[in-house]
Amino acid sequence: MMENAIAWILIFPLFGSVACALLGMGNKKICYPIAVLSMAGSLWGGIETLRQVIASEVHTVSYIFGGWTLDKYPRGVGIEFHADILGILITLVVLGVGFIVAIYSKLPVQDETPNKEPLFYTLFLLQITGLAGICLTGDAFNLYVLIEVAALTGYGLIAMGSNRAAAATFNYVILGTIGASLYLLGVGYIYIKTGTLNMVGIQDVIVANGLADSSTMQVAFVLVGIGILIKMAFFPFHAWLPNAYCNAPTVTSSLLAPLVTKVMIYVMIRMVLSVFGVEFSFESTMWVDVMPWLVVVAIICAAVMALAQREIKRMLAYLIVAEVGYMVGGVWIYNYYGLIGSIFHVISDACMTLCLFLGAGLILRKAKTTHFDGLRGLFSKMPLTMTGFFIGGFSIIGLPPTCGFFSKWYLITGGMVSQRWEYMVVLMFSTMVMVVLFFRLIERIHLAVSESGENLGHGHGDLGLAKEQTRFDEGPLSMLIPLLLAATVVLVVGIYNQDIVNLIEIFLSEFNLPKGEGH
Amino acid sequence: MFEDGTIINELFIERLNYFIYVILLLIGLHGMIAKNNLIKKLIGMSIFQTAIILFYVSVGVKEGATIPIYLPEHDPHGSHASHGDENGTDEAVHGPVVLEAGMVKGYANPLPHVLMLTAIVVGVATLGLALALCLRIYQGYGTIEEDEILAKIERQEMRSKPSIIVKSADSSKSKTSGSDKSVSKPKVSSSTSTKRSKARPKAKAKIASTATKAKTSGAKSVSPKPKPAASKSTTTGTKKSPAKPKTAASKSTSKPKPKSRSKPKAKPPARAKATSTAKKATASKPKPRTPKK
Repeated sequence: MMENAIAWILIFPLFGSVACALLGMGNKKICYPIAVLSMAGSLWGGIETLRQVIASEVHTVSYIFGGWTLDKYPRGVGIEFHADILGILITLVVLGVGFIVAIYSKLPVQDETPNKEPLFYTLFLLQITGLAGICLTGDAFNLYVLIEVAALTGYGLIAMGSNRAAAATFNYVILGTIGASLYLLGVGYIYIKTGTLNMVGIQDVIVANGLADSSTMQVAFVLVGIGILIKMAFFPFHAWLPNAYCNAPTVTSSLLAPLVTKVMIYVMIRMVLSVFGVEFSFESTMWVDVMPWLVVVAIICAAVMALAQREIKRMLAYLIVAEVGYMVGGVWIYNYYGLIGSIFHVISDACMTLCLFLGAGLILRKAKTTHFDGLRGLFSKMPLTMTGFFIGGFSIIGLPPTCGFFSKWYLITGGMVSQRWEYMVVLMFSTMVMVVLFFRLIERIHLAVSESGENLGHGHGDLGLAKEQTRFDEGPLSMLIPLLLAATVVLVVGIYNQDIVNLIEIFLSEFNLPKGEGH
Repeated sequence: MFEDGTIINELFIERLNYFIYVILLLIGLHGMIAKNNLIKKLIGMSIFQTAIILFYVSVGVKEGATIPIYLPEHDPHGSHASHGDENGTDEAVHGPVVLEAGMVKGYANPLPHVLMLTAIVVGVATLGLALALCLRIYQGYGTIEEDEILAKIERQEMRSKPSIIVKSADSSKSKTSGSDKSVSKPKVSSSTSTKRSKARPKAKAKIASTATKAKTSGAKSVSPKPKPAASKSTTTGTKKSPAKPKTAASKSTSKPKPKSRSKPKAKPPARAKATSTAKKATASKPKPRTPKK
């Protein structure tokens, strides 16, 4: 059992989803415990695998399905799960977020998608299977299949919302399919040139045959890169994200928003570092010169658009687009510290986005709206919720005890060391935009009555509200506890940042990344 | 390298499969992005995916090779083996034999084709899901033309926005952002359209008053007769649209736009005047209607 922990990570949610679909037909109530239990089991598998990865000498766990061996060159017959430190860290993020959201999901799922609980939890668990599989697989084509598993279940989960959500999902289907298909095409080019689909095998062949100058590999790199950029909602391709996430049911957006874009950034890091290799990605292509500037445009546009929103979920959706810009920039400034920051930011951004979306879900439940105008005086009404929400907000801004501060610290250090001043400046700019965003919210949420006295004179709504506000009115515990748990995780990841960074440094030590200026 | 004909030769003869797949890919991409009809988009998506399948399959083709099942002369269980060599049979029957390098030439690489089986399954799943979504969109909005759907979504947002303003009675700020979303209810079911049409008749009298009175404060109805008639004609139009959407196809596209434009004009009086929630709710309604007169 212990040595197969890495397989159990996927087996729990996969079989859990089947159980939900079958047993849920008889008794709807059984789905929630199944989902929570299978997430707990999966989380155990993840922690156990992390222990194994750290304990092993090469810091990887390789698990080959079906009794194949990978001795033959080029490595690639048989399907491999390849967990190194990066992979297992992101897997743990996926499982942790999945576990917290599973606990949180009890009431919102009942209320927002009545009589569809079995379907919802089936898709929920399959989504986790897909995302965790993306992080663990060692096979480029399996990665495509798992991307599509995650995407298809994501479409289903989002479309369970309103009609508006269905229309938004359609755009997501179209763009998501373009992205995944371009990735598949790129994998085809890689296969033509290297004759293997195993990620380690591809890297071996590229090094052994000196394929760095091959135009086929260049085309493959561009196709794979653009495919992934579309899937991760990098700025020009972000159109699908805001509508899909802010119209989706609460639980769906709390699950997808922290995970999908982050996992795709993991895929990009994996492709850049492990599959194509540092020399190929950074030296033989033009991306190092182009991408930081695209990132600058992306972050500025996303931050300004976030500023224009008057609705929490929609504002958070644009914040995600901006955060994607951070992480992509961290990779493409081509620097050791930038990559540490990027990987650490994947982890911390997942935690803080989770915190914010869980908070937004509670606000929506209690205040019946997430529009800015409906938030007045909420703090005195639901102080715990708002504390949790603002811990996430402070982390997005980057205030010291939270994890967002440390990841941003490394990103800015990377920008400084590699002398990418444009990236550094834009990070500062977007930090300031986020300060404005969140303090504007804080102001509203703390004000008990309307700021403009004339509205009070009309006497409708506001005065009545003011009276009610004195009453304590927190959300249900099954939703509040996960939020506070997520807020705690944000703080804990921040406080123990050095341990996580140490792990990331072990992972990055095998790559030849510049620690000083220039490239 | 590029003497006359070389590039043509390369494109059309040596690399014909790539040439065709790229053309198909671009046709599919065009269909997905440029077409207005959701089903046409899906057709584009299918072409796009098929182009990639074609690419993989053509990569796996090998001239003169056969499927990777033992050729008769290599088959340890086949007639050749058992008849040909009495000594070899014993050993061969026990399991597969490893072919030498020369013998492998007769077989095609099965991997690209196998990969495509998976990709086809994924493609079918995507297509099925997208068609289900189309059905859902059609039930919700009564059309599968993208611009009409967007117009309807926009109209819904305009309508639901004032309700938020009522709640907080906030001043001008919330009007400025055009992209606001109605959030109050995450699950606006397909029944909303019918609900709305039901609510309309009640509102008619007030609509008339607010629409004409725009800036003046007196909320008395001024000329109720001509206006309800006008509004009635429009309401019936919109009422019908969910029922028989095909008629609405091309013509209604132009209508929504003037509606949205009229919004800012109608709003300020509505807000200033509103004293009871009921009135506010009705005040939101004149906006879509005014331009039609």
